[in-house]
Amino acid sequence: METSSITGKVQEQFGPYIFAIENDGEFLTITVDKSKTIELIAYLYNEPALGYRFLTTLFAVHYPETAQMAMFYLLHNLEKNSRVRIKTFLSDAAPEIETLTNVFAAANWLERETYDFFGVKFTGHPNLKRILNVEDMIIHPLRKEYPLEDQMREDKKDEMFGR
Amino acid sequence: MSDIVKMTNAPAGLEGAGFFATNLEKVVGMARKNSLWPLPFATSCCGIEFMATMGAHYDLARFGSERLSFSPRQADLLMVMGTIAKKMGPVLRQVYEQMAEPKWVLSVGACACTGGIFDTYSVLQGIDRIIPVDVYVPGCPPRPEQIIEGILKIQQLAETEQFGRRSSSRYEAMLDSYGIE
Repeated sequence: METSSITGKVQEQFGPYIFAIENDGEFLTITVDKSKTIELIAYLYNEPALGYRFLTTLFAVHYPETAQMAMFYLLHNLEKNSRVRIKTFLSDAAPEIETLTNVFAAANWLERETYDFFGVKFTGHPNLKRILNVEDMIIHPLRKEYPLEDQMREDKKDEMFGR
Repeated sequence: MSDIVKMTNAPAGLEGAGFFATNLEKVVGMARKNSLWPLPFATSCCGIEFMATMGAHYDLARFGSERLSFSPRQADLLMVMGTIAKKMGPVLRQVYEQMAEPKWVLSVGACACTGGIFDTYSVLQGIDRIIPVDVYVPGCPPRPEQIIEGILKIQQLAETEQFGRRSSSRYEAMLDSYGIE
């Protein structure tokens, strides 16, 4: 698909909310404001000329240096084999964004996973609870403020090695 | 026949025409030792090593553990082989609780003993945090010879166990410390 046609349509519809449209050689990355993210994805889904009707994945990335939580959505147009990446930034202290489940039912478990590991709250999600980790876990382990190692471990303490 | 099949030795006792008198504890110990029914709780690569141990080459059946029990209610020995995720913890504990006394636990491999290389938020750092363990077999994974060594240690425990042990206050205190019953 002509990237210029996507750029034009998206700019026309969401102009002031689009922060950047970059092409890294493989596919477009559209950085959009949090409030218009779901609307933009619905537009890419519904617009006949675009037709991004497959959700490859969605995930978060934690940037503690800038106190941000980035959300990524990867969409795929299977007919034209064209992909696009939607990117938006939330605050890392209380990350919250509207659910994508009203556009893609497949987002249900992916959002639960993102909630489980990063603590992103998806407002309007039908069943937002942990999906992989134990239910009584109190942390969101892939956030960068938590150490990777299990703090219960005793055999790695210095005294075990005579230090 | 007798030179092919090795029979276990009877415990010391008084023998005469038509009778044999010995210590009941020793007879029970001998019987338990030579007919342990293991429940294999295999979750990863140590389980593959266990399959080799049960196979014809290493043949665990030589030690009276011919019959694997896949119901915890019939098993004497819980063999935990592999990484136990924290989410698997309650399942393992339930399996342990369902086993009837007397029961023994063999922890096979670095992961079951200490968490091994999986020093991370999702993995139980040793099964002895949730259930009592009798014998530890280290290794990543241990060779079948090591697993057999562990079984032989369990056999020693089964053979020499005293009758009162499982009803003693010390044993109950030990179970209490794990919050079992």
